[in-house]
Amino acid sequence: MNRRKFLLRTSVTLAASSLGAAESARLTDCHVYLGSHPFRRLDGEDSAAFAENLRQRGVTEAWVGAFEGLLRRDVTDVNRLTAERCKSDAIFRPCGAVNLTLPAWQDDVKRCAEDHGMRVIRLHPNYHGHTLEASAFRELLALATKHHLLVQVVTQMEDERTQNPQVRVPPVDLKPLPDLMKEMPDARVMILNANASMVLLHLQECPNTTLDFAMIEGVGGVENLLKIWPLERLVFGSFAPVFYWESARLKVQESALDPAQTASIHWGNASALLG
Amino acid sequence: MRIWDLHCHLSGVSGLTPEERLEALLVFADRMGVERLCVYMGMKWAQDPAPADLVRQNSEVLRAIAKYPDRAFGFVYLSAKYPEESLAELERCVADGPMVGVKLWVAEKCSVPAIDAIIRRAAELKAVIFQHTWFKTNGNYPGESSPDDLVALARRFPNVPIICGHTGGSWEPGIRAIRAQANLYADLAGSDPTAGFTEMAVRELGASRVIYGSDGGGRSFASQLAKVHGAKISDADKQKIFCDNLRGLLLPILQAKGIKA
Repeated sequence: MNRRKFLLRTSVTLAASSLGAAESARLTDCHVYLGSHPFRRLDGEDSAAFAENLRQRGVTEAWVGAFEGLLRRDVTDVNRLTAERCKSDAIFRPCGAVNLTLPAWQDDVKRCAEDHGMRVIRLHPNYHGHTLEASAFRELLALATKHHLLVQVVTQMEDERTQNPQVRVPPVDLKPLPDLMKEMPDARVMILNANASMVLLHLQECPNTTLDFAMIEGVGGVENLLKIWPLERLVFGSFAPVFYWESARLKVQESALDPAQTASIHWGNASALLG
Repeated sequence: MRIWDLHCHLSGVSGLTPEERLEALLVFADRMGVERLCVYMGMKWAQDPAPADLVRQNSEVLRAIAKYPDRAFGFVYLSAKYPEESLAELERCVADGPMVGVKLWVAEKCSVPAIDAIIRRAAELKAVIFQHTWFKTNGNYPGESSPDDLVALARRFPNVPIICGHTGGSWEPGIRAIRAQANLYADLAGSDPTAGFTEMAVRELGASRVIYGSDGGGRSFASQLAKVHGAKISDADKQKIFCDNLRGLLLPILQAKGIKA
């Protein structure tokens, strides 16, 4: 193929992709953070600028957790801060932090739901030092179900090979999850930052569980994932501002998805979870 | 933007033959607007390949690029553990064949003196030299080079451009490590698309020393293209990183071989 034909062919593909985007203007990014990252200066420090940044990229709703929820132990204050930040712009949906190793963590769940009107809580079990086998996690699922909260579990924040040597945090072991989810059919869990091997090893038999694809890798990663994972349980998650937001958008472009599939991933599946 | 990809493999993508795998890679490359791919290593890898395995893997790449000569460039896979056999492969695949670059991986650290004959001959042939590097928090493989090892090599060949594969993976220390060694270039490929990587590389090295690559098929084109598309740098710098810098390194050998690109 000569360069002229190459350019023609790729521009047709890109034009078709843009057309698809125009037809479906809604885009819910289920995996975003605000605040101060422990190790890097990132865009989420300025909520207003970050909201505008997301809006310019076509995001219509962003589910945001707080970086401060990783390490700070005054989680009550972290959640107050998250709620306050999210009031500044309608694009944001706050996701509360809950640390199951803290005394009276149950109060944080209740406050997220009742005081802040949150619909989503975001857990970082590896940063908080508990596993999914912990009895507190089972209790959390029951309590979240009672309060109609979707539970996000972030499996990893950074590749173990590139982590700060003084703060090494292995990924969350998802092995206990399928049995738990089968026992608790009303619980709803969204797994964030899983990679393909985690999906293959532990999540295939996991009911009521949704995934994002921020850390799904390989060429055509999303279309390959859809060969082993149901479309209705996949959502758009960018992991911005840690990752360049464009990574998620381009992953959709790289995979051969029809407009209905794209709409489901862009907003339909996320909307159904909170419907 | 014109996009050339420095860093692609025949792994992580479907296909029973090298030709099928490159064809499959090109399907995704077309979707993402990637015009040319540099391809190295065969369908099945070994961290410490015997000379016969190097020959097998290079032969697979030769088969693949022969089918798509206007879309893919081949780099010959060599090992500093086997300098004599590597020199023979360099002759077969580059001097007497269509390949235009050299790939060195993890069999032996690149700081060892045994590698010098390979670098010297590759430079004579104007081949682009690519050395894998990592700074792994959880420890490198025994023969896996760090950017510090590459700096030691680059100091012995200050006039030979060498690409620092992955920029050490842990890019903050990687960029710092190679900053003062002006003949080293930063490869963006093969790590998570963490925001700030490209901006720091441009700030500390200058845009002319930064090169886009994907590490596909194990990585997506998408996540790696995002490092440039999403970076807060000028469009002119993006064009340098996406194509112009790599093309500039390749042009001498392409012209010597009569390849138009």
